[in-house]
Formats: sequence, C-alpha cells, structure tokens
Amino acid sequence: MDIECSRLLPSVCAVLVDPKQFVADDTCLEKLLDWFKTVTEAESSLLVLQENPCLTELLFHVVKLQDVNSNILSFTLRLAGIFAAHENSFQYLQQGEVLLSLFSEAGPLSRPAWEDPSVRSGWIQGVGSMVQHERAVQFLCDCGAIDVIFSLQGDPSLFVASTASQLLVHILGFTMHSRRAVPLTTQDCDWPVCARMIVGHIEESLRSGTVPQITQALNVLTTLFGRCHESWTEVLWMRMNPFVGSLLEKEPLLAAHSLVDLFLSMARPQTLRTKAFNILLQPLACVLQAASQPTGSPGLLDESLNDSVITDILLSSKSSCAGLLCQTLAHLEELQPMSHLLIDWPHVPLLSAVMTILRFCSGLATPASSVGDRLCGILIGCFRVQRSALDFLGTLSQGPSPSELIRGVVEILLVYLKSPDSSPTVLKKAFQATLKWLLSLSKTSTSSDLCPQTQHFLRDLFPILQKRLCSPCWEVRDSALEFLTQLTKHWGGRAGFRQALLSSEVPELAEDLLRDPESYVRASAVTAMGQLSSRGLCSNPIGTGSKNDEKKSLFLELLEILSTDSEGFPRRAVIQVFTEWLREGHTDVSKDKEQFVTKVLQVVSCDLDWEVRVQGLELALVFLVQTLGQHETECPYAVEMSSVTQSTQLTESLQMLCHMKLFDFIFSALCDCDRPVARKSCDILLYLKAKLAHHGSLQGSGEACTESLGTQNTAWLETTLRKWKARDQGQPSEVADRGDCQEPDDVLEVLRSVDLEGLRGTLAKSSDHIEKSPQSLLQDMLATVGILEENEADCY
Amino acid sequence: MGPYSLSGHPTLPCNVLKFKSTTIMLDCGLDMTSTLNFLPLPLVQSPRLSNLPGWALKDGNTFLDKELKECSGHVFVDSVPEFCLPETELIDLSTVDVILISNYHCMMALPYITEHTGFTGTVYATEPTVQIGRLLMEELVNFIERVPKAQSASLWKNKEVQRLLPAPLKDAVEVSTWRRCYTMQEVNSALSKIQLVGYSQKIELFGAVQVTPLSSGYALGSSNWIIQSHYEKVSYVSGSSLLTTHPQPMDQTSLKNSDVLILTGLTQIPTANPDGMVGEFCSNLALTVRNGGNVLIPCYPSGVIYDLLECLYQYIDSAGLSNVPFYFISPVANSSLEFAQIFAEWLCHNKQTKVYLPEPPFPHAELIQTNKLKHYPSIHGDFSNEFKQPCVVFTGHPSLRFGDVVHFMELWGKSSLNTVIFTEPDFSYLDALAPYQPLAMKCIYCPIDTRLNFIQVSKLLKEVQMRKLRPERRRDSHKVAQVPLHVVCPEQYTQPPPAQAHRMDLVIDCQPPAMSYRRAEVLALPFKRRYEKIEIMPELADSLVPLEIKPGISLATVSAVLHTKDNKHVLQSPPRPIQPPASKKRKRVSDDIPDCKLLKPLLSGSIPVDQFVQTLEKHGFSDVKVEDTAKGHIVLLQEAETLIQIEEDSTHIICDNDEMLRVRLRDLVLKFLQKF
Repeated sequence: MDIECSRLLPSVCAVLVDPKQFVADDTCLEKLLDWFKTVTEAESSLLVLQENPCLTELLFHVVKLQDVNSNILSFTLRLAGIFAAHENSFQYLQQGEVLLSLFSEAGPLSRPAWEDPSVRSGWIQGVGSMVQHERAVQFLCDCGAIDVIFSLQGDPSLFVASTASQLLVHILGFTMHSRRAVPLTTQDCDWPVCARMIVGHIEESLRSGTVPQITQALNVLTTLFGRCHESWTEVLWMRMNPFVGSLLEKEPLLAAHSLVDLFLSMARPQTLRTKAFNILLQPLACVLQAASQPTGSPGLLDESLNDSVITDILLSSKSSCAGLLCQTLAHLEELQPMSHLLIDWPHVPLLSAVMTILRFCSGLATPASSVGDRLCGILIGCFRVQRSALDFLGTLSQGPSPSELIRGVVEILLVYLKSPDSSPTVLKKAFQATLKWLLSLSKTSTSSDLCPQTQHFLRDLFPILQKRLCSPCWEVRDSALEFLTQLTKHWGGRAGFRQALLSSEVPELAEDLLRDPESYVRASAVTAMGQLSSRGLCSNPIGTGSKNDEKKSLFLELLEILSTDSEGFPRRAVIQVFTEWLREGHTDVSKDKEQFVTKVLQVVSCDLDWEVRVQGLELALVFLVQTLGQHETECPYAVEMSSVTQSTQLTESLQMLCHMKLFDFIFSALCDCDRPVARKSCDILLYLKAKLAHHGSLQGSGEACTESLGTQNTAWLETTLRKWKARDQGQPSEVADRGDCQEPDDVLEVLRSVDLEGLRGTLAKSSDHIEKSPQSLLQDMLATVGILEENEADCY
Repeated sequence: MGPYSLSGHPTLPCNVLKFKSTTIMLDCGLDMTSTLNFLPLPLVQSPRLSNLPGWALKDGNTFLDKELKECSGHVFVDSVPEFCLPETELIDLSTVDVILISNYHCMMALPYITEHTGFTGTVYATEPTVQIGRLLMEELVNFIERVPKAQSASLWKNKEVQRLLPAPLKDAVEVSTWRRCYTMQEVNSALSKIQLVGYSQKIELFGAVQVTPLSSGYALGSSNWIIQSHYEKVSYVSGSSLLTTHPQPMDQTSLKNSDVLILTGLTQIPTANPDGMVGEFCSNLALTVRNGGNVLIPCYPSGVIYDLLECLYQYIDSAGLSNVPFYFISPVANSSLEFAQIFAEWLCHNKQTKVYLPEPPFPHAELIQTNKLKHYPSIHGDFSNEFKQPCVVFTGHPSLRFGDVVHFMELWGKSSLNTVIFTEPDFSYLDALAPYQPLAMKCIYCPIDTRLNFIQVSKLLKEVQMRKLRPERRRDSHKVAQVPLHVVCPEQYTQPPPAQAHRMDLVIDCQPPAMSYRRAEVLALPFKRRYEKIEIMPELADSLVPLEIKPGISLATVSAVLHTKDNKHVLQSPPRPIQPPASKKRKRVSDDIPDCKLLKPLLSGSIPVDQFVQTLEKHGFSDVKVEDTAKGHIVLLQEAETLIQIEEDSTHIICDNDEMLRVRLRDLVLKFLQKF
C-alpha cells in the first residue's frame, strides 16, 4: 500500500464508522473492497493490518455499533473475509475474536440488520472469501456457520439463496480437495466432518419429499458436478445415486427441471441418463403421435406413450404448449454437439419430430387424433415454436440423415422460405437452417461439384431469394443478403452454384440494394457484393479506373458509399470489403494496388466514425505487409539477399509509401482522439520500426537526431506534422502535386523520435485509469463527505 | 324474432330481424359470383371471344349454341351478366321498416330491394358508406351499360335444360331469379331513401328499439350495429377489422353486454395473413416490372387500393421503381381518390392528425402530384395517348367479366413477362381467369382481406363476454351472473373450409356453440323476452305506501291503468270514481272502475316448520308428522286426515270437507306470514 493511501485510510475508516456520515454512493465500497483484495494479494495482508491499525479498529467498531448502516455492515463482513482468507491474518483477527463476533451465531444474525438481504449477502461473501485454509473451515464448523448457510439456501432473496448454494459447493470442494491423498469410500467415517455435514444435509433434502428442498439439493449437486471432476465426486455420486434414482421413480415427478439440469451437467450412469433424456423426448413423441407418424425405428421412445402429464401441458394453452416445445427443442439443441456421447441419440426420429412440428406450425400436418386437432389449432402460425424448431432443424444437419428425410427437410425449408406468412425473424432462421443443410449436403457429396439433389434445391431456391430481395420489409431483404453472402463464401467456386446464381437476377438485385433506404440493408448489400465480386460473380467489374464506363464500376460505387453515406454501418462494411479484397488479392485490385489504397485512405482519413478509421489502418497494414513483407522470421533456409539490395528495395518502398501519403494517414491517426485508432496506428508504426531497424535504416543519418531518440510524444508529432504542412505549402505547386511532400527521411525521423513503446503502454490503459486509482477513490470518498458537511452548515 | 337469412354469402349478408315489433334488414349484399358464369364483356371487339365455339349437348344437340360458348373446357353464358339477388320469397319485403347498412360492399343489392319490393321504410348508413357505395354502383352500371349486348340468354335457365349443363352452371342456385344490373336512375332513387348517421348516434325506431352504428375498422365509414331495447341487446358485427389500416379502429367495448351477437363478414381467406400478402404483392410487382413486364391489378375503386398505394408509396424508391408509371383506371377513379382525402373524421388517428398540419391524409396525393400515379375514367381518350409500358394498372372489375380489366387481360395475357396480381378476395381467381385460358401471363394470388380471422374472433368474443358480469336483477341478491352470449353466424363459419377439412382452428369456437344459418332459413334467436320497462306517473308513485318486508326491500300494491302507446308503457292513476249521477245506469259503473275493495291482502314471508309444528301442538293437534319433499314439507295431521303442504311459493291445506278445521289451520298459517 502506498504511503499516500496509508495516510488517507484512517480518515476514511472514521467516516465509515461514523453513523452521522453517510456514504451515499455504495459503488465506492465495492471499489474499496476490490482494492483491498488486490492489496492483500500483492503484499502480506498481516503487514497491512499491522501497519494500518485503523482497519482492525473498523471491524471492532462496526461489530459493536447498534444501529449500523446495513451497507457498512455488509462491507465490513466482506472486508473481514478478504483478510481472513490469509491464514496469518485469520489468526491475528481470531486473537481479538473479531471473526467470532462477525460470523458466529452470536454475530449480526441476531441483529435487526440481518433482515436486510445485503447484510446476509455480505455475510455469505465474507465466509466464501475466508474458505481458503483448513483453519477457516474448522472455525465455520465450530461456530455454527454451516447451519446458517443451510438455512440461507431457502432465503427469500434469490441472490442470497444462490450464493449460499454456491458457497456449499465451494466449502465441500475445498474440504475434499485438501483430503485428496486419503482414499475414500462411501462410508461416512471416511469423510471430513465438514463434508459429512454438507453431504448429510443434501441427502436429507433429497429424501424430504418437498420440492424446494429437493431443488436446493439438486442445484448444489448440479453446480458441484459441473465444476469439479475430481475422483471423490465419483464416490459422492455413488452415495447420491439411490436418492436421485428414487426421485425419478416418483409420480408425479418432483423438481423435473432441476433433475434435467443435473443430468445435463454430468455424464453418469446410462440408465439415469436415458431416463432424463426420455423426459426431453416425450413432448416430441407426443407430437409425432398426434400426426400419426411412426415414432421411428428405433423409436423416439420405445415404450408406448401414455404420459398424460406431458399431453396435458401440451394442450392446456397456447403459451404452455409453445413454452414446453421451445424449452425441449432448446435443450436438445444443446445436447446435439454431445450426441456422440449418447449411444442412442435418436437422430432420425428427432428429425421427423422437428419436421412434424414445422408442418403443424404451417398448417401442413394432418392430425390423426383429437390431440392432433388441438395441436394443429395451437401451433399454426406460432412464431416462437417455428423459430426454435428451425434452429434445431439446422443443428440436426450435423448427422447422418436418410435421403428420403433430406427430401422432406428440403421441402419444409422451401415452404418456410416461400410462405408469405413467415415473419421476418422466422425467415431469418429458415435461411440459417437452409445454409446449414446446404453445406452439410455438399460435405457428403464426394465429387467436387454439387450433387444433383443440391442443384435441384438451388433451382427452387433462387427464385425465392429473388423475391425476398424485393421484399418491402427491410429485415427480410437483410437476411436474404446475409444468406447470399454466406452461400457465396462457401460455394463461390463451385460450378453448379455459379451457374444457378448467374442465371438468376440475384446479383443485379443485390447490387440495387446498395442504394436501399435502410442502412443495415445497404451494409449487407455491400458485404454481399464484395463477396460476389471476389468470386467473380459480379456482372460489373470493379476496375478502379473505369470512370468512362456507362455503368459505374462497383469500386466507385462502394467508394461513393464510403465517402457519402450518412450512416456508419454501410461505410464500415465498405472498408471491410476493401481490406478483404486487398488481403486476398482480388484480381481487379491487384492491377493497381497503390492507386486503390491511396484512393480508399484519402476517403477514410476524413471519416468521423472511428471504427472506419481503425479498419482503414488495417487496410494500410495489409498493404504495408504486402509491400515490406511479414515480420521477420528466422528462417535458416531463406535465401539471404545482400543488405545493399534490401536497403535499396526498402528505400524504394518507403519512397512509394510516402508518395501515396500513407504516412500522413498513419501519423495523424497516432494523434487521433479516439484511443483505438491511435493504438492501431501505434502498432503499425512499431511494426514498421521493427522492419526498418532490422535493415539499419533507423540508425540515424545525422547527429541532431540522436538527441531526441525515442523521447517525443504526440504533441511533438502534431507540431512536426504542422511544420511539414507549412513547408509543403511553401513548395512550388507541381512539387506538392507530385505528393512528394514527405521524404522517407521525415518518416524515419518520426519513427526514431517518438516514444512508440511508451505510447503503446499509455494507450493500452483505459482513459479513466487515473480516476480508477485507489488514492483517487479514497480522496473522493472524503471529498463527498466534506461536501455533505458544507451543505449541513449551509442549512443552519 | 328471426333472423331470416336472405343471402347465402357470408361476406355479402342480407338478414332480416324481427325485434320488438320492428322489422330490420341487416345489410343488403349482392352476390356477384354469378357473373363468373358469363363471358367477359370486351371494351374493344375481341376476335378471340367472338369466335368461341358454341356448346353442344352430348347427343350433339346444338339448340343452346347461341347462348353457351366453350372456352378451354369451360362453358360460359354469352349474355349480359346477371346477379344473384337476395331471397325475396321468404318474407314480404314491403314489411321491412328499416335497412341498416354496415359497409359499402354490403349495399350493392339496395336498388333491387328498395325499388322492386314495395319497400317504404328508411335506410340507415354513414356518409362515406353512401358516397363510396354510390361510386361502386356507378362503376358497375357504367361497366355494363357501356358495352350494350343485344342478347339476353334465358333458355339455359330452364330447369330441365340446366340439369343437362356441365358444372358449375348445373349447380348454380336459383338461376330463374338472377337479374340484370340496375340502372343509374334506380341507384339514385335507392340512395335517396338513405338517412345519414354518425358513429354512436342513437336512432329510435318506433320507441321500441334503439339502433346505433359503431366503427368496425374495416373500411371508410364501415359500421357494426347495436340493436337494443331496455332489456335486450343484439349486436350485429359485419365486416370488421382489428388491423391498423386507414379507417377508424373498431369499437369493441360498446359490444359488451350483448345477449346475441350476429357475426358475419369474416375474412374470406383465413389462411392468408394480410401483411404477408402485401409483401408478396410488392415483390412480385417489382420482379415483373424489372424484367420489363406489366402488372395488372384487378380491383374495386375503393378500399384496399388506398392501402396498396400507400404501401407502394413507401416501397417504390427502395425497389427502384420510381420511373414506372402507375395507372388507376375507373369511371370513378378521380372521385374515389378525392373522397378518401375528405372523410378525415372517419379515418384512423394518424391520418386524422395529418389533416391539421395540413397535409392530405393519404400519400396517394403526392403520387398524383409527382405524376407517378395517373388516373383515367377509361382506356379511351387521354389514357391511350399517355400509356407507357412497362407499367402497373389498377382497374376493375375484380370478376374480370366487365370493366377495363377485360381489355388488359386480352392485351397482356399472351406474354409471360406480364403478371396479373389478384388482391380482392371476393372471386376465385381460377374461375375469374377461366374464359382467358390458355394464358401465358403470370398469375399471382395475394388476396388481401383485412376482416377478422378466427383467432381475432375468439379474442373478440372473449373481450365481449369478459365483463358481462352484471348484477342479477333480483334486488335481494348481490350475486352476479354471467349471461351467456349467443353467437349467430353463417353455417360456413361452423365447419372448416372443405379444402382444409383438418383445420379445426378455422371455425368459430365459442360456448354455447354458435347457431348457424344458411340461405333462405329462419332461425329463432335464443333469448326470451322477460322484462318490459314501465313508467309510473309521479302522482301515482306518490300514492304508494311501501312496506319494508326485509331490510332494503319494500313492497307496495298498486292499482293503476296501463297505458301503452308507441311501444311505451305508462302506469297512470285510475280515474276517480265518477260521482254516481243519479241515473239508472249505476250498474255499469262497476264494470269500468276496478273494484279496489275486493283486493285481498298480499302475504309474504316463510313458514318455519318446527315452530309451526309447535304451534299446532299447542293448539291441540297431537299427532303431527312432518315429511320433507323436494320442494318443501308436508305436515300430516293423521287423526284429522289432513295434509298441509308447504312450499316456497304456496301453501295448501287439504282436508275433507271440514271448513272449520281448514279455517283454523289457515289462521295458524297466517300467523307466520306478513300481510300488506
């Protein structure tokens, strides 16, 4: 702790314990705790306590105060926990019995302040911090704190209850971890006292038959098995197995969702997992049955379905039906990536089920029973279920599907893509699912081109895409463009796709959307056109100089968006497309890279959006790397060029970069008031410096330069830039026009003079790093109180 | 009580309701689907149509070949198109007192009713309904009259002949009653019988019934009607919409507390969501025009066209259609576009506020100003000079049997670049296209029907029923009772559409189940008249002496004369007994004046059986036995062979010829009751 803080601390402590003073802003207390945490981790906490007796006094004092502010009490509990986390401080505090008076049953528990959830929360957090050593655990067992934690599991405040559960997991984990050397059996006597208490409590809760208690116990287990995979948890599970098993046999099932969560958090005995999984499958089996689809072979559920509870929930109301189906589908979607772990993941029946749901939702399914009739009425046009089902359908593209089912998937996807009743959000999901299926179809195809089935799909798809690109609803146009971009990205090189695309009007329609009234759509159109152009699928060559063409080239069109569009999104999209073009060596760009980069940076340098400028710097970096080469790699086999050749090349490159005014842009970006821009610029200059240093160009040509080596800041740079500008204006116009206003020497001077490393450090810090310092925090707290005093005086 | 259903068409209803001695006709819709059986009336001589082959019977008999023509396997009547009128035989229409019109589409049969049935009553409708209804009628008359057709086919209507015809002619109903279109003179005469009303205006009919129009949200000036007496309320909901389009929103709250709700005019395309259809409309229009094709939109001159123009106004720039001309061709195009702008008070809130800016409420004004939308009375004249392709044409009639649309179908039908987009839901688009087959033109079906769908209906019914809790009329009870809402609707709404038999969501779902009617059917409305309101004259009320029989409940006897006139009932004091003139006619006086002295006191209260038995025992009846019955008790006096039957509202003493005993027992019973 620095001296200044130590000096301020007693006053702050005095303010905290003074009931007349009121710390209005409780975020100060949070910040103070954060600071103490850092301090105790960095230096000896005992020393801090000893050198600042005001802290121990604070703890004592708050304990004794009768009507203490609950925020302060909560703060004190947490502060005590932070110090008690270190064993020597714990002992120091124990000597004065501070901890006992704070955390035992005789402490704040008996006070009215305990009613305040923030105090209970502070207590739990204090205990939580403390549990870092055996002594603390022993202390908690002895003083009855464990029982308090048990009772807090059912606390009316959800935050308190949940933290209490987590604390139990933490204590159990800590206790068992420290005993890991001892082999463990399910016998109680093998377990440490504290663990025995906690495990006993969980068992008792599972047996209790009351839902809240069972839920609490299951939550503890779920968290535990989710976090900790040590061998003792296996033994623990053996203990819990009969209790959990008997829960599953109960009718009706208690705490079903918590059980599902528990099973999801762990991969344990197969039978239980199957049961849990079946719970998830039941609603879908019910849907399949309602449409009289065979539940599949092997079935979704082998036993015949007669769970009236599930059917009742499904049919009771539209919202409960939609809720249950959405939840089920979401859980299954989470499970799908783990499907290889499940021996009997019923891929095919699940696919049939989700397709049946989608058919019900669009009025296509023929109900086979009264349940079906009701489901049909409930699900038709239900956007929520449609969205979840399409999401899951997309996920199911990862898996082996028989071809007749794939045909069905394609049909249903086309129905949703085509239907005028699909809402924009549903349509977006339909596009996403379609993309996933298309890509999975092409994966299975062995030939390099698309399989006939996919070709057929595309033939149906493009007219729909055309129509969607003309939709009056901008969200629809936007998702159609995104879909086009993705598809082109993956399939741009496949002949079948290219043919289908080029024989449609899609490229022209996408190009028209560059002028869409909605900025998001313009941005998506820019990205899509960028992608189409990269793949040579754009009717319009981007030729940078085709000013005389009747139709404006795509490059000029995008450049115009970059310079004139009033919204940021389209401009950001343009500069990203340009960077991408440059990076991947777009044929039209490669013809005259310098001109391309010069033109783009000229526009970007005036942009008001910092993201555009950062992306502009990225483009500059790509160009620099392409010109000067990657960061030096120590490749022993690389052909070493003579240093003279290298240096000549470098000088030429620098000359060219100066000519392009690239450094103008990078240097002014270094002085940019938006930090990310300056940082990016700084990174580029450091790269450049490394590059040039290697070749000795930075060694300095004159004596004068060495004086200011690496010491200058941006203010100096700004002055220098201004100086150059003035100098340039003084030049005859033809020289200025040539753009030779900067000489490589000027650039080298800047690179030599400015303290780039220092600058990078400063820029890495957030802009409020000074305000965030502990000293400032302490001063602020005192100042606030001081102001309050003044006000009081005014009142009198 | 009715209703008598005179129309089988659920969205073009014509029902007659007899309610409290008034006869009310609800709407006067004209079923124009009959015209689909006729050949189109071309504005310009069409060699294709005039060269269609005549139709011959299977046995080769050709006697009908002048009347019936064949086109791509369909048979059409080659004659002036005719309409299927509402049923006129079910009820004598000259007895109809009033006709209530709910919207301009539902008044197209008005001239047939008001001019040819002896009708002498009044028609009630809002101003926009009348004005736009007039435009629709004017357009119809104009379309048909400007293409005079010499032939009027009638042979095919002979029942024996009709039997031999192919479907759908074979199955057409009541073809003998089909009539040609009315004349402008008849239209004017019919419209002159209309009295204009405003929303929420209360109109008294003969003192018995009050009718009130409410906004129904479907079209300019469209209304639902409340028909009520003091104790009964019937709501007539016809053509309503909950969507936010141009008209004033639907007034749902005033429908609450109805006993009966007659529900007609739901969406004809329950499976199509109007928003989705508008999207479909726009994208198809844009794709066609981009490829150099023309777009034809067969439509009515008012209604959805306003919304479509508004939608296109926002859309054309984003779709790059700014240079494509939009034409609206109708004899009433100009009036329709202008009327829409002046009925500000009948518009939705957003549009109303524009008027104060001041701005035209509909953006089509701007489209006209910037020459993007041009309107013409017909294809002849100016239009032919300024016509540029590719273009978008809005024109009638949606049946494709008459109007300028016939010309465009003939003109553009051969090219697959062109598209016809059907937005009006009244006609099957396949039937409408039948006489134009084979057709190369693309056909897009985007029916836009903003009227209520079944989900909205079930919400509406819940809403209407929700606060129906009202105090039961018994003053002694503070309980509330839910009076059931009876829904009456066309039979089509109680079963799913034939093509989608599994869609059980496409029916009206309510409790008690809806009562359905079909054409030419009478349905008894399910409520009984239980109460009538009677006024008491102040001096008579003064003379009453109420007696409190329970806390808060007082009774009084009243002797008065009930005076009934114009369905109003008044209790007046009886005339004072005239001082008997010393004449010989004295005997007659008692006939005129009710004899008040003969009145027995009225009894009230209940007999506590236990106490009654004790009293009997006190009075010497020793062998009293009590039996409980379903309605009360029987007290048996075995020795006296006497039975006292005590029920909630009566007490009987049954004893054999022992008058003394009966009187004794009666007096004992009376001790427990209050008299007044």
